[in-house]
Amino acid sequence: MLGKETKILIGKEIRLELKQKYVLNGILLYLVSTIFVTYLAFDKIISTDTWNSLFWIILLFVAVNGISKSFVQESPARHLYYYTVASPQAILLSKVIYNLLLMTILSVFSFVFFIVLMGNLVVNLPLFLVTLILGSLGLASILTMVAAIASRASNNFSLIAILSFPIVLPLLGTLMKVSKSALSASEWTGNYGFIVILLTINITVIVLAYLLFPYLWRD
Amino acid sequence: MTFLKHNWWKLLSGLLLLYAILGGFMISFSWEGTGMEIAAESMRNLFYHVGMWFGMMSMLITGFVYSLRYLRKFDEVEDIKAVEAVNVGLLFGFLGIFTGMIWANFTWGTPWVKDPKLNGAAVGLLIYLAYAILRGSIDERHKRAKVAAIYNIFAFFLWVVLVIILPRLAGESLHPAGGGNANTVLPMHLQSSMRLVFYPAMMGWILLGFWIFTIRVRIRKIKLFTENN
Repeated sequence: MLGKETKILIGKEIRLELKQKYVLNGILLYLVSTIFVTYLAFDKIISTDTWNSLFWIILLFVAVNGISKSFVQESPARHLYYYTVASPQAILLSKVIYNLLLMTILSVFSFVFFIVLMGNLVVNLPLFLVTLILGSLGLASILTMVAAIASRASNNFSLIAILSFPIVLPLLGTLMKVSKSALSASEWTGNYGFIVILLTINITVIVLAYLLFPYLWRD
Repeated sequence: MTFLKHNWWKLLSGLLLLYAILGGFMISFSWEGTGMEIAAESMRNLFYHVGMWFGMMSMLITGFVYSLRYLRKFDEVEDIKAVEAVNVGLLFGFLGIFTGMIWANFTWGTPWVKDPKLNGAAVGLLIYLAYAILRGSIDERHKRAKVAAIYNIFAFFLWVVLVIILPRLAGESLHPAGGGNANTVLPMHLQSSMRLVFYPAMMGWILLGFWIFTIRVRIRKIKLFTENN
């Protein structure tokens, strides 16, 4: 039941996105221009620290921009309609999974564009890709929940940044640590602890969102 | 006697803190050959600086519990308790940072160093300041209480990761017993005289936090009552 509802709702999200292509194109353009601005400012980057921090900061801003629309894109009247036909859990899961897809596309795209312009400093590509996927999942789930919270308040967009940046930091800090070691050495040892932490943060956030979202959805 | 029956813990808090202040300045210790020579006499700040963190932790946990209770019963008093617990927690948090900065200036030579515990604490405060902003941006009372409770529960878990788990993983910290396996010794383990003051002092600060908390909750309850009538 939940699975079926979620699947239909994800289909709805994708169709909605394809119908309003300018939103997705807007985020892609935002991403390209941001990376291009950093390219003009830095040329080639040699320091792994700078490369790492710039990449994740850009990805954070792209994620906030991409996900903040989750709960304000559609009218409150339509939300009321969804409320009557679908369970809140299905709504949340569909949004998280859809945002995960979006974030995966955006992060892979920004990674490719970033290495084209800034030079590829990644030594351990599999480890970096694992970080990228865990990061996409974490950013998608945390930001979806924050977007849901902020959509209940006025001045939604600045509120999303205020609420999400400090909350995202445990995740982002850990991500930057793992990806930094993927930039400097090719071995995996010493990173398993951090990968477990990333998984734990992701699972905790999704479970919390699953439990708390019904309260938020019922207005 | 009924006064004492209900308020004995406030009296106890005062006595414990008086003891902590007198004892904290009077006990003697020596750090020769322990690797903590740098702290010297400033180690007395342990009773006050760490007390702020214990006060903050206990208050933020209290706030978390009341937010959970709010979502069970939707009783406005639970929301008042949650927000006031967070407020008192923030007060202790800021005092913890200030006492820490004074201490750091003496021992590490600068008020702020790039240490995982310091950064975790600062971002932790940002998380709870955002809670205050979130409350401010919702006008309707019941909606505000509900959304704030949800954010508080959500933020609490990430705050735990930030201030408790990540600094221990970071490996390097200037704090005693702060990082990795290199230094796991706390000052109290080296000087047993410190333990005599440390534990009562922590108890006293936590009780003081609850005291401030109950006073603020009573003020808010009176305000709520006068608004409704």
